[in-house]
Amino acid sequence: MTAGPLDRARGPLTDVPDDGSPIAPPPDSGLPEDAALGADWGSARRRRTTGMGPRLGPIGWLRWGWRQLTSMRTALALLFLLAVASIPGSVLPQRGTDPIAVVDWIDGRPELGATLDRLGFFDVFVAPWFSAIYLLLFISLIGCVLPRIAAHWRAMRQPTPPAPRRLDRLAGATTWHTDDAGVLEAASTVLRAQRWRVTPGRDGEGAVGSLAAEKGFARETGNLLFHIALVLILVGVGLGAVFGWKGTVIVREGNGFANTLTQYDSFSPGRLASTEALPPFAFTMTDFDATFEREGSQRGAPRSFSAQLAYTPEPGAPVQSRVVTVNEPLRLDGAKVFLVGHGYAPHLRLTDASGRVVFDDTVVFLPQDGTFTSTGVLKAPDASPQLGFTAILAPTAIIDELGPRSVFPAPDNPGLFVSAFTGDLGLDDGVPSNVFQLETEDLEQLGLEGLAPGQSWELPDGAGTLEFVALERWASFTIAHDPGKALALAGSIAAILGLMLSLFVKRRRIWVRVDAAPSTQVLPHGASAPVTTGEDPSDGSISAPATVYRVQVAGLSRTEAADVVGEVQQLVVRLGGPVKEASS
Amino acid sequence: MSLAQWSNLFVYASMAMYALAFIAFAVSFAATRPSPDAAPVEGAVASEPAAVSAGAGATAGAVTTADAAARARAEARARSAQLEAEMAAEARRSRWGGGGAPGGSDEALAPGRRAANIGMSLTWLATGLLLAGLVARGLWSGRAPWGNMYEYSLASALAISGVFLAFSLRRDVRWLGLLVSAASLITLGIAVLLLYNDSPQLVPALHSYWLIIHVSAAIISGGAFTVGAAATVLYLIADRAERVPGARISRSIAARIPDATTLDTLAYRTNAFVFPLWTFAVIAGAIWAEDAWGRYWGWDPKETWAFITWLVYAGYLHARATAGWRGRKAAVIGLIGFASFLINYFGVNLFAGGLHSYAGL
Ligand code: HEM
Repeated sequence: MTAGPLDRARGPLTDVPDDGSPIAPPPDSGLPEDAALGADWGSARRRRTTGMGPRLGPIGWLRWGWRQLTSMRTALALLFLLAVASIPGSVLPQRGTDPIAVVDWIDGRPELGATLDRLGFFDVFVAPWFSAIYLLLFISLIGCVLPRIAAHWRAMRQPTPPAPRRLDRLAGATTWHTDDAGVLEAASTVLRAQRWRVTPGRDGEGAVGSLAAEKGFARETGNLLFHIALVLILVGVGLGAVFGWKGTVIVREGNGFANTLTQYDSFSPGRLASTEALPPFAFTMTDFDATFEREGSQRGAPRSFSAQLAYTPEPGAPVQSRVVTVNEPLRLDGAKVFLVGHGYAPHLRLTDASGRVVFDDTVVFLPQDGTFTSTGVLKAPDASPQLGFTAILAPTAIIDELGPRSVFPAPDNPGLFVSAFTGDLGLDDGVPSNVFQLETEDLEQLGLEGLAPGQSWELPDGAGTLEFVALERWASFTIAHDPGKALALAGSIAAILGLMLSLFVKRRRIWVRVDAAPSTQVLPHGASAPVTTGEDPSDGSISAPATVYRVQVAGLSRTEAADVVGEVQQLVVRLGGPVKEASS
Repeated sequence: MSLAQWSNLFVYASMAMYALAFIAFAVSFAATRPSPDAAPVEGAVASEPAAVSAGAGATAGAVTTADAAARARAEARARSAQLEAEMAAEARRSRWGGGGAPGGSDEALAPGRRAANIGMSLTWLATGLLLAGLVARGLWSGRAPWGNMYEYSLASALAISGVFLAFSLRRDVRWLGLLVSAASLITLGIAVLLLYNDSPQLVPALHSYWLIIHVSAAIISGGAFTVGAAATVLYLIADRAERVPGARISRSIAARIPDATTLDTLAYRTNAFVFPLWTFAVIAGAIWAEDAWGRYWGWDPKETWAFITWLVYAGYLHARATAGWRGRKAAVIGLIGFASFLINYFGVNLFAGGLHSYAGL
């Protein structure tokens, strides 16, 4: 990391500045060990630079701006801003999910609606301001993570800093005396066996010396993995949006679909999606079935939908058969076919005044509520005179003060309530019109009638005959191709793994120092390997004075809530040191 | 009697037990007289090298040779195992709040403690009954018993108490009992009064093994978020008591719960622990949505609020990682996160509609 003028503003808190990840408060700073935390990700350093603005040149300013953007505070602010910016998307209807509700909302409050619309509140998740927030957040994240990767790479290679001069203020600090010349060696063995990374100190020889042990690098590795994974997810989502495509189509029972652009009811390609070469599959829906709850408080709730498809993955291939249900899409090479909705399609046969059959097919009716009271229209420009019909279909029909409606979504007692119109339907002048709407203003109403399947209606004035042949169904399918999906999934899995490492692994250090105790040191009664210096009171004999060593062990946890004390104590006990009362 | 009726019976019995547990915890709270020395002396137990075990030293009286040291090390290894066991036992041993004597021969004498212990037993009982209710419901319907809002709420109450009881195995958290029993009781009350659903069947979108994976992860996360939020609220009270000398109510509550730092740490650990699980729940939901609705993310209100909740808790973790934002500020963010979770749980189902609103409301 280059040391610019700003780096000098770094506070005295940090002792290993060059990797941006300060190691520890100096032992005699008197700070609690968690103070080391504040310096993680260089946040403390960055914060202190903010007062430095006025004396900077243009490059300095750029650098200052970059520091601001990649600072933890900015990241936090952007994180919350993103959360707040998402809220309108859940409160107001959104074009992406429910365009009709948006129109209704704006119609209800024209002025407010228009303003909000201009500001993008009905397309929140693609609005420029929303994109700006998350793009800034991700730039901040990348700017944060890249230097971190380099620093972590270096930190893993760098030896753990040697034991501070005074160990007694660190966590679990324990001192005892022994004559065991192998104690340092033993400490090293024990720690290595527990997969600590041990760095021998350079200060000493033989039995005297020190070591530094460190564990938990996976925490930072996981943290970096997690943040990189977030970028992967974003890239995956972006790839899907740019190169993917998605369309919906309504298919009536007995009818088919071939995967070409013209057959879709709606199609939304990504900006760079190649729509000329859609996968050439085709299918026919041979049957559709839906069941509903018949009893209890949930009466009418849907229970199962299934569409029976006969499909060919490509022209000329043998026809295969598959049931597609809500959670079981049809997976084809390059696309997936999802069942997303269904409704009724009455089969109507219209004979005009001259006795000619001008219409004989199923008509898609759109459900209006949970009981599938549905509406639809039939336009017969070929009839003479031209005929048009608007109709309400009720699968289980009743007529009450609210008019004809359905009381149950299954076709227990279907009723079709038709209004017939005649006049110029306005279809001949080539102006496109909504197939689900009939403009009745300029038409003459012929009459009203209710029909059950199999019944016919002789239209007034001998205008013809309308027959309700049978009640069929339709299903709607979303067909989607998303080339970024796999990457987003891989990113998600990596994110969870990284997160678990980063939250559950604790980074911590233990130092052991052995030095020669003053020669008059008398080992306290109860030490593990007591020695006698001079006269031994227990048997009165004289033995040669042995070298007595002072052993100091202490730890430092570099992360919040890590319990290094327990590990220090274990080590102490393994080395034959004193057992402490376990406190709290 | 059908299994569904048995289930209802267990749920009612469980609610009664939670109510009694709540009363017991309340009595305990009222009856606990804060000891005058409850303040910060805690933890000042012997930490000087003077506290040396009498164990091996006695036998090693006069030996001075080098292999004696090796023998001493072998012995030490054995002792280390014993120490580990002792430390674990010590960790499990209960302490009441921040003050008072550890362990406790005088425990039986204090009425507050007795009531709290009764509260704990009742909570175990209530949770066991609720589990039985949920199992009966599952057997009756032949599927995971969280397929509609009613069942989801039962399972959430179970998760809240479950997380709390799991904590109680490792440390003394009886002081959390009051809030936890209240949270479970309220959740069950809403379930029984407003959300009751008598159908064993599922809507088509829920016919998937992801129901087990995604929803159970969300439920457990919710339970832990709730316990974390309860600890956060208590932290704010304790913190206020420590900062504001005149805050009498806070001080009187604070005298009955652990110190602010302990509470803060507990809240952090809980939230940090569940965050990966919540992340998993959101991702599992996305994978499921891909099969059910043809896209893995569509900004449905439930998805949006799951995302908001996730962002706020991510903000919480970041805030904690920055020294200046620990303590109170972080606590407030944690509570905002919990509020987002609640909005996602109730608000979206009740008001927003969207694809998730099938859950039986
Ligand atoms: C999309 C935006 C981001 C999200 C969703 C996110 C999420 C998270 C989460 C959930 C953690 C928790 C892991 C932990 O506490 O150890 C975390 C950790 C961290 N993040 Fe981010 N992050 C984002 C952006 C950033 C940015 C821009 C920065 C840098 C300025 C950053 C710096 C950090 C740091 C330093 C940690 C580690 C905290 C620690 O050591 O405990 N993050 N992030």
